[in-house]
Amino acid sequence: MNKKVFLGALTVAGLAAGAAAAATIDDVKARGSLKCGSNEGLAGFAAPDANGVWQGFDVSLCRAIAAAVLGDAQAVEFVPLTSQTRFTALAAGEVDVLVRNSTWTFSRDTDLKLDFVGVNYYDGQGFMVRNDIGVSSAKELDGTTVCIQTGTTTELNLADFFRTNNISYEPVPVATNAEGQQQYLAGACDVYTTDVSGLAATRATFENASEHVILPEIVSKEPLGPAVRHGDNDWGDIVRWTLNALVAAEEYGVTSANVMELAAGPTANPEINRLLGTEGELGAMIGLDKDWAVRAIAAVGNYGEVFERNIGEATPVGLARGLNAQWTEGGLLYAPPFR
Amino acid sequence: MAEATDPPRETFRLSQLLYDARYRSMTIQVVAAILIMLLLVELVDNTVTNLAALGKDIRFGFLWSTAGYDINQQLIPFSSQDTHARAAVVGILNTLLVAFLGCILATVIGVLAGVLRLSKNWIVARIMTFYVEAMRNTPLLIWILIVFAVMTEATPQPREFREGGGASMILWDSVAISNRGVYIPRPIWESGSGIVVAVFVLSIIGIFVLRSIARKRQQATGQQLPVLRLSLLIFFVPTLLAYFVMGRPVTLELPELGGFNFSGGLQIRNSFIALWLALSLYTSAFIAEIVRSGILAISKGQTEAAFALGIQPNRTMQLIILPQALRVIIPPLISQYLNLTKNSSLAIAVGYMDVRSTLGGITINQTGRELEGMLLLGIFYLITSLIISALMNLYNSSVKLKER
Repeated sequence: MNKKVFLGALTVAGLAAGAAAAATIDDVKARGSLKCGSNEGLAGFAAPDANGVWQGFDVSLCRAIAAAVLGDAQAVEFVPLTSQTRFTALAAGEVDVLVRNSTWTFSRDTDLKLDFVGVNYYDGQGFMVRNDIGVSSAKELDGTTVCIQTGTTTELNLADFFRTNNISYEPVPVATNAEGQQQYLAGACDVYTTDVSGLAATRATFENASEHVILPEIVSKEPLGPAVRHGDNDWGDIVRWTLNALVAAEEYGVTSANVMELAAGPTANPEINRLLGTEGELGAMIGLDKDWAVRAIAAVGNYGEVFERNIGEATPVGLARGLNAQWTEGGLLYAPPFR
Repeated sequence: MAEATDPPRETFRLSQLLYDARYRSMTIQVVAAILIMLLLVELVDNTVTNLAALGKDIRFGFLWSTAGYDINQQLIPFSSQDTHARAAVVGILNTLLVAFLGCILATVIGVLAGVLRLSKNWIVARIMTFYVEAMRNTPLLIWILIVFAVMTEATPQPREFREGGGASMILWDSVAISNRGVYIPRPIWESGSGIVVAVFVLSIIGIFVLRSIARKRQQATGQQLPVLRLSLLIFFVPTLLAYFVMGRPVTLELPELGGFNFSGGLQIRNSFIALWLALSLYTSAFIAEIVRSGILAISKGQTEAAFALGIQPNRTMQLIILPQALRVIIPPLISQYLNLTKNSSLAIAVGYMDVRSTLGGITINQTGRELEGMLLLGIFYLITSLIISALMNLYNSSVKLKER
């Protein structure tokens, strides 16, 4: 009898496990909202505004996915995650998609059983110091104290950079960007290091931003992108092509202002027609209706609009497009064809 | 022929398992045991199945791969090219260091506060009551953050120690308190210093021998030796003699302001100080209450008897009350030591690189081996706690009432 109960328990456990691994798209639709793992607060990328509404570059991608899948850009539940908890939270199913300045690396993509489905910001690691310490190159940082967020690729790059240049440093580990900012401003560390976009975003919130300088060296490649759980390829496709739709929209000149007009009927450009669903059945191929991309673009705008609104040169963060320009403009953004 | 009548043999019926008080408790225990086992099986199986569904397995090979990150406070040499296992050991040593020093400081403060809370001096007793209640009724994390904030915000930056800066070093320019930590002189051990250390250790042993001789002599003849003065003599004279005879082999390296920071000397990091002080202060409040309860458990007649014999109040406390109170104090004290050790895992809040931050934090994050890392972490804390318990139980059995 014992054995039977034992086997019964096994079966129940097996069924429970099976249910947990069900398709993310079904979970999202059943729940009616998207759970998006986001930064705990990084100006320009993901932070709640004065009204408590999340705003930012990464946040916009989550809203675009929600608009494409659920038809409502506001149906997103943002789950703030630290750099240490983010991948565990995604793997455990606490969030559906992770858009949190996360670097696409080999081991994260394979060993951590995640899938990075694209790159929404090409970044690199840099160093920020005060003007008055008189340093103009990262190679002059011998003997400095460096604030570093734990659980990041920057932590490893930092160790590599100082070791290969044969200079020494003292790491001060911090858990969040806010903590790092406070330590740096209190002078507990001479240098703050993270992705250059993060440094710019952090500096934008300083009272005297001009007293701090970001050193010219970029010591690593940091392709930041959205990640989903490995194995759920249908959901991965949706996230990947929502990002691609925003990038392609900029390339073809589709904006949040003219998307409705262009989607009203077939235009002269077949790529736009297929993207906006006036031609072909692309939406059905990823399990959505034909207007999915229209809703995403209408909700947040194309990639260029998202960039300029949140982190562009007109904003306090003030980042140039640089590598994140369209391939036609000398950047790296290159959406595969919609066909 | 006498006929022996056996009592009627009771036959066992199944319903007795439920209705017979002799068997009922056993039935309940067996059922409970089975349920608990099933729950455990379910938990383990669920974990394994879900890991399999994610395509993950349980392996510990990651421990032997290159860590790739640096650790600021290292009791054994560590570089980013060493393995995750070595990083874990560095973290374990840091945990043990803060736990060990924390237990000592917490005991000292706790005993003082506990005794003073019973003081006849109204102000002292009230201050201690306030201290104990303030510490005991606020979360530990807050104290850690408060001490850390004070250490980083209220102390000068290293560059302020330069000419014209507002800060200066203390104790004849040998100690610098900065917002990076406290820099103290570091002893440099040159050849021959081993002999000096050996002489020092021998003189410490000598002091204990002297104390035991003095006690025996007092018990035998009633004569007292000037133990304190002799001890001080033994403590200083042989070591100093050896030091000068060997040609002063131990020198001090003073901290000096380098390019960005102090170089030389020994850096006691703010993260360590914050964690150490906060853990000690917090736990000392609980220890104070334990000490107070221990003292109050000793009947007042003991004190009165001692006073009647003309023994001074501090000698009464030292010789009569505390030795008896220890029996009451030690067992709950063990749990406070365990608490302190386990609470040291809050280290990450201030960036102290204990085992939770290295193995349980960065390593897990860089390798994605959450389950394995957390298992190892749990085993480490379990073993440490068991060892502390065992040691304290040994001590407890040496002070407890000897029943003959």
